[in-house]
Amino acid sequence: MNPLLDLSGVTVTVPSAEGPRRLLDGIDLSLAPGEALGLVGESGSGKSMTMRAVTRLLPRGAAVSGAVRYDGAEVLAMDAGALRRYRDHEVGLVFQDPRAHINPTRRIGAFLVEALVRNRGVGKREALARAAAVLAEVGIDDPQRRLRQYPHEVSGGMLQRVMIASVLLAEPRLILADEPTTALDVTIQREVVTILDRLRRERGMGMVFITHDLDLALAVCGRVAVMYAGRIVEVRTAAGLHERAAHPYTLGLLGSRPSIDARSARLEAVPGRPIAAYEAGAGCAFAPRCLFAMEACDRTAPPLRAFDDGLVRCSRVEEIHAARTEATA
Amino acid sequence: MARLLLHRLGGLVTTLLLSSVVIFGSLYLAPGSPENVLFGNRTPSAAARAAVRHRLHLDQPLPVRYWDWLTGVLHGDLGTSMVTGQPVADRVGSGLGTTALLVLFASLLVVVLGLGLGLLGAVRPGRLDGAVSAVSAVSVSVPPFVAATVLISVFAVRLGWLPASGRGNGLDGLVLPAVALALLSCGFLAQVTRNAVGEQLGREHVQTALARGLPRAAVLRSHVLRNALPPIVTAIGLLVAGMFASTLVVESAFALPGIGQLTIQSVAQKDFPVVQAVALLLVAAFVICNALSDLVQALIDPRLRTAGRTA
Ligand SMILES: Nc1ncnc2c1ncn2[C@@H]1O[C@H](COP(=O)(O)OP(=O)(O)OP(=O)(O)O)[C@@H](O)[C@H]1O
Ligand SMILES: [Mg+2]
Repeated sequence: MNPLLDLSGVTVTVPSAEGPRRLLDGIDLSLAPGEALGLVGESGSGKSMTMRAVTRLLPRGAAVSGAVRYDGAEVLAMDAGALRRYRDHEVGLVFQDPRAHINPTRRIGAFLVEALVRNRGVGKREALARAAAVLAEVGIDDPQRRLRQYPHEVSGGMLQRVMIASVLLAEPRLILADEPTTALDVTIQREVVTILDRLRRERGMGMVFITHDLDLALAVCGRVAVMYAGRIVEVRTAAGLHERAAHPYTLGLLGSRPSIDARSARLEAVPGRPIAAYEAGAGCAFAPRCLFAMEACDRTAPPLRAFDDGLVRCSRVEEIHAARTEATA
Repeated sequence: MARLLLHRLGGLVTTLLLSSVVIFGSLYLAPGSPENVLFGNRTPSAAARAAVRHRLHLDQPLPVRYWDWLTGVLHGDLGTSMVTGQPVADRVGSGLGTTALLVLFASLLVVVLGLGLGLLGAVRPGRLDGAVSAVSAVSVSVPPFVAATVLISVFAVRLGWLPASGRGNGLDGLVLPAVALALLSCGFLAQVTRNAVGEQLGREHVQTALARGLPRAAVLRSHVLRNALPPIVTAIGLLVAGMFASTLVVESAFALPGIGQLTIQSVAQKDFPVVQAVALLLVAAFVICNALSDLVQALIDPRLRTAGRTA
């Protein structure tokens, strides 16, 4: 099947006082229609920037190279009109902090119907009726009343549902969810993820789900890509990643998940501080923190290559794999 | 919203009452008796002075005089000028039109130019923004009396395009005074607008609007500008109020027969009833400008509407 979304060699550079800074370094990713892909990595690894490259919502002065193909069309080459149609009809964004991402001065109803009314010429009354129906679908009681309320009058969890409803209203084929639950109460997080997951499946939409939480990504997504310093370092099915993660960074992330039995022993599994893409040297960006790094790792950057049914960016992956298999055997 | 309106209205009345007490009290407690104005350089006999004081009700206690004056004001009677003997209302009324027109004219200049320049600077970063910043930085450093002097010497004296003093024909006489009054405020409003709009442009909710494929012009109007308005409206309220005060200087410089000039004259002549009336009018202008700007803000931002309940 042709991919719905296909990124190849996407590199983003922004200007800074010390010269151009590379934030993304040759991102290769692909998503089939209806597939859910998790994008995982520590803070600053470029997860949000990848999503911004997909929608061309980049910081001012940013230069982007490579290719972002949506359903065969090159997003980076779209003119203003085509880009607006693409953003309106094809992709829907769910952001981390709905309070900041929804205009606080306008009613929830106005927020929900704005795109329908302005971009597609749907009548106000008709648009509001549709909005109420979708609010009910995301589990909001008394939608008519909610439509008249202002964002500050409802809870964060409710507002995130409103955000999800706004995306569903546009009926896109791709959802980009950037840490949609990080800003919410722990008790609400599960509910919101469940709703997002259910509605996505029902409507056959593709989704890129960005999160810090590897467990959550494994639960919600069929496939997971791991990012480090503006690069993809491993891509694998959720089941495969759970059982046969190959990259030392992924192994570290799996080890650093707080688990009930050995919390204190495992938290420090990836020692050191994450770096941004522009801080990386000529070699492997993860080498300075890697338990398996050798001299050669500092000199040449490994490519992303096929290994054990997945993709891995590590020169020593075979050796590490062999050693691990031996140790557990 | 209705509650907030009532709340603001109450505040407005209270402020006006309090300031009327302060104005009344400070004028009559100031050194020099009011009736001296009438005697000029002559030294009156004790009997003559007492007669005059009685006629002006100056022999009554201050609270009684204040009460008389206040009830007079509430019935539309502002008293009589000590200098010309005309009703104060007539003297004030004849200048009011000129001053109102002047401030209106200047406010239009401020809103159109200040808002326009600020917006331009915010949405066109780079050279244009640099130019806007430079122009506004210069204009905020030119106080009205300097602007008046320069404008008179260039446009009235050297070029002879517009009158240097008086009302002239139609609006001719108001052009230079309005520019002198508006210059500093224009620059200030441009800076406030540029910062407020620039800040909103970087906001997450604006990113959301763009991510939904809304046209840039619509995003600028319904999200950026709309949300940037509260500080801009506050600035406009303060600036317009300030312009009422600056009319004292500008009307005197251009010899415009308005409230500002009347204030300066009456203070110099110690014509207390007139001073009282114009001072109260200036305070009212100030208070009304601020109340209006608060109300507009509550209309824009629903989070401000509960203010009346908590205050
Ligand atoms: N507007 C910007 N201008 C310049 N650099 C930026 C900008 N936004 C982000 N960056 C930098 O780009 C890099 C990647 O940031 P990004 O926001 O994509 O990280 P992230 O993986 O989403 O992290 P988090 O988990 O904290 O959201 C970081 O080094 C960050 O400092
Ligand atoms: Mg992020």
